[in-house]
Amino acid sequence: MTKLNVNGKAVSIDAAPDTPLLWALRDHLKLNGTKYGCGMALCGACTVHLNGEPVRSCSTSLSACAGKNITTIEGISDKGLHPVQQAWIALDVPQCGYCQSGQIMSAVALLNKNKKPSDADIDAAMSGNVCRCGTYQRVRAAIHQAAGQPATQAREA
Amino acid sequence: MENIVKNSSRRQFLQSSVALSTAAVGGLVIGVSIPAIAKTATAKDGVKTSQPNAWVKIGSDNKVTIICHRVEMGQGTYTSMPMLVAEELEVDLNAVNVEIAPANPVYINALLGGQLTGGSTSVRDAWEGLRVAGAQARMMLISAAAAEWKIPETDCRAEMGQVIAKSGKKMFYGELAEKASTLPVPKTPTLKDPKSFKIVGKPVKRLDTPAKVTGKAQFGLDVELPGMLIASLAQCPTLGGKPMSVDDVKAKAMPGVIAVVKIDDGVAVVAKTFWQAKTARDALNITWDNGVGAKLSTASISQGLKDALAKPAASVKKTGDAEKAIAGAAKKLEASYELPFLAHATMEPMNFTADVRADGCDLYGPTQFPQMAEGVAMQITGFPKEKVNVHTTFLGGGFGRRIDVDFIVQAVQISKAVGKPVKLIWTREDDMAHDFYRPVSLNTLSAGLDAAGKPVGMKFRLTSQSVTARLFPPVVKDGLDPFMTEAAVTPYNIANMTVESAIHDSGVRVGYWRSVSHALNAFANESFTDEMALAANKDPLEFRMSLLEGAEGARYRNVLKIATDKAGYKAGGKLGNGRFQGIAIMEGYGTYVAQVAEISVTNGTPKVHRMTVAVDCGMMVNPDIVKAQIESSVAYGLSAALLSKITFKDGKVEQSNFHDYPVLRMSEMPRVDVHLVASSEKPGGIGEPIVATTGPSVANAVFNATGKRIRKLPIQADDLNKA
Repeated sequence: MTKLNVNGKAVSIDAAPDTPLLWALRDHLKLNGTKYGCGMALCGACTVHLNGEPVRSCSTSLSACAGKNITTIEGISDKGLHPVQQAWIALDVPQCGYCQSGQIMSAVALLNKNKKPSDADIDAAMSGNVCRCGTYQRVRAAIHQAAGQPATQAREA
Repeated sequence: MENIVKNSSRRQFLQSSVALSTAAVGGLVIGVSIPAIAKTATAKDGVKTSQPNAWVKIGSDNKVTIICHRVEMGQGTYTSMPMLVAEELEVDLNAVNVEIAPANPVYINALLGGQLTGGSTSVRDAWEGLRVAGAQARMMLISAAAAEWKIPETDCRAEMGQVIAKSGKKMFYGELAEKASTLPVPKTPTLKDPKSFKIVGKPVKRLDTPAKVTGKAQFGLDVELPGMLIASLAQCPTLGGKPMSVDDVKAKAMPGVIAVVKIDDGVAVVAKTFWQAKTARDALNITWDNGVGAKLSTASISQGLKDALAKPAASVKKTGDAEKAIAGAAKKLEASYELPFLAHATMEPMNFTADVRADGCDLYGPTQFPQMAEGVAMQITGFPKEKVNVHTTFLGGGFGRRIDVDFIVQAVQISKAVGKPVKLIWTREDDMAHDFYRPVSLNTLSAGLDAAGKPVGMKFRLTSQSVTARLFPPVVKDGLDPFMTEAAVTPYNIANMTVESAIHDSGVRVGYWRSVSHALNAFANESFTDEMALAANKDPLEFRMSLLEGAEGARYRNVLKIATDKAGYKAGGKLGNGRFQGIAIMEGYGTYVAQVAEISVTNGTPKVHRMTVAVDCGMMVNPDIVKAQIESSVAYGLSAALLSKITFKDGKVEQSNFHDYPVLRMSEMPRVDVHLVASSEKPGGIGEPIVATTGPSVANAVFNATGKRIRKLPIQADDLNKA
């Protein structure tokens, strides 16, 4: 039994300690918003926050989360009211949408630390999140918009 | 599946599309009724739902549901298809429910002859048919209201989910739907003049965005059923190998493991959770029959392609005598272009859920081909059509991979064996090693120019593998696969032209990959066009323009002018500030594209800064989704141009995950400037063409920057440094 806090609720998970947090969230808590993409921390689809820091849940063992606070996409805002989600909606960022929970969790973590990220800051914080639909241009614009900067500020050519 | 095969030849495409437009224009009824479904059904909560036709459901609670008959894999059909229906139905798009269609012949894609989403056909196929469906339902609702009020139909109009009489009387659709569904389907539905469209042609918001920013959108991976188990499947690392025997003693003793099942493609561990299934699968000791695939390597495959150049080829186009014209030309040139296998690498790895019971079978998951999913499940279970139900979820990417149903077959076989609902989940490594890869190609071109630099003859021989020969063999006729010759014939006005195509089986299983052969052939053609321009001592833009004269070249010239003007193109693609540009143009899927890549090169590594894309795709349903598809295609095309390739050693794929199969990331994404041509031409496809023009535009820019001609992708720093 591993005890941790997920989206503000205390939970106990009965799974092998080496179970990746991703599969504990999905198979044990049925929090399916967090996605499996690579299993090796290469694509960012499984990004969640561990004590406020973005981590790849596919490569974080359940035992490493004991007593910690985890936030998933479901814990950001169920109704999509977080400023990052609102910017995503305003700019219609998602295409297939599969990677977007991870993109949003990385973006929220970035903006929590850096209120006005530059393009270079966005490159550094977001390059671990792969999107095969290529929504990067809109992800960038939406982060700027959520930061209160003009969304039209596309990357300098 | 026979009818799919029979109906999917290119000739049939044309006949079908003609038939469809005749149906709408001439007012003939196209198949919009579903005989098998009750017109009105009452749910437990007492709400009656009536279905005037296969695309519209109206509840007695006034809730309108539009059936989306093309699957959503990012390309926007979940929004664009309902937009077409809603426009004519006169409902508030933001108030409708959208449901993905089950497998049913009424939803067959006339351009492909099957219920299949692919080939950038959704809007082209649905443009008239879905408006007809919306208009028919609207007219039936109006008829029902007119009968109720005992007034002529001409005194009624429809607006925002209501029928309104001239007198001001109103009835909601929900009050009229049951009656309306019993009325005859109007044979001559009146379609709106596009000038009066309120929804179609507008950049309305995608209907799936809210669910996709909250984690609520259901993908295949997210399917949950009572009593469902999870399966992880070990497949032979060698191409086409099969399991001979398995030692599963250790695996069976592991926690959560319910069963170990040997199926055609491998050995599956079925457990309560994914991690249990995957861990136990790794503990299996399997003896494989590697089969003939074990001999394949990238070098042997490449040699095979070269040897195939001696094989006869089928004629795609022949005008004049290219051989003779080239022989007598003042200047001659020749070049070969070779492209690698590629994986689709959708973000959501392959998965499917099957629930095979004694009384029927339900399938849940991401597929581009629900009809084929239904077909293979019928074959495996022996159930008739009415006992197999396909519930398509959102697709975490498709790109052609999910036209194939191998993973659906596996899920059905495993569920049948254990008698429980089973969700089969592939790992990323499974996905990389067991794709149906984008085929390799070896394209050889030669040309002759006269003393003034005008091309007088050109030959193009393409050698590649036919996906169609595997999936729809009857479509390949006289050695020609119509999908393999896409973009093989350039628009350039060259008097003597020979284009030939040779099918070569590499031994590797291949599949349709976003833009299919456009990417292979446009890379060769548009790179060679720049090579010809160089030989002619002309600027690539000027050279192209000189060969695109007349009415046939008009749409090409238009997009080429827009793209180069907006990009600030300068002679030779040299901007003078360390930046260089390259051009590519193409027609594909009825869409005309011109693209300008702007790059710099540092230490042999090109960096793409900006892509300027001008597109004439005819009339659009949703220009913002069109724009998103262009941005998307640039990213997908750049992964192929700069980063990705699949190679083989001893019959095994050498790549396994995103560390050795790199794809484009945020820091590598250029700015994409899109310019859409306002057009009243019929709609073209937009999901794919720009994937094909991205590679040659970058390769041409690299030449303008370095003087080094790229004839292989991805562009490798080593090649640039040593070339």
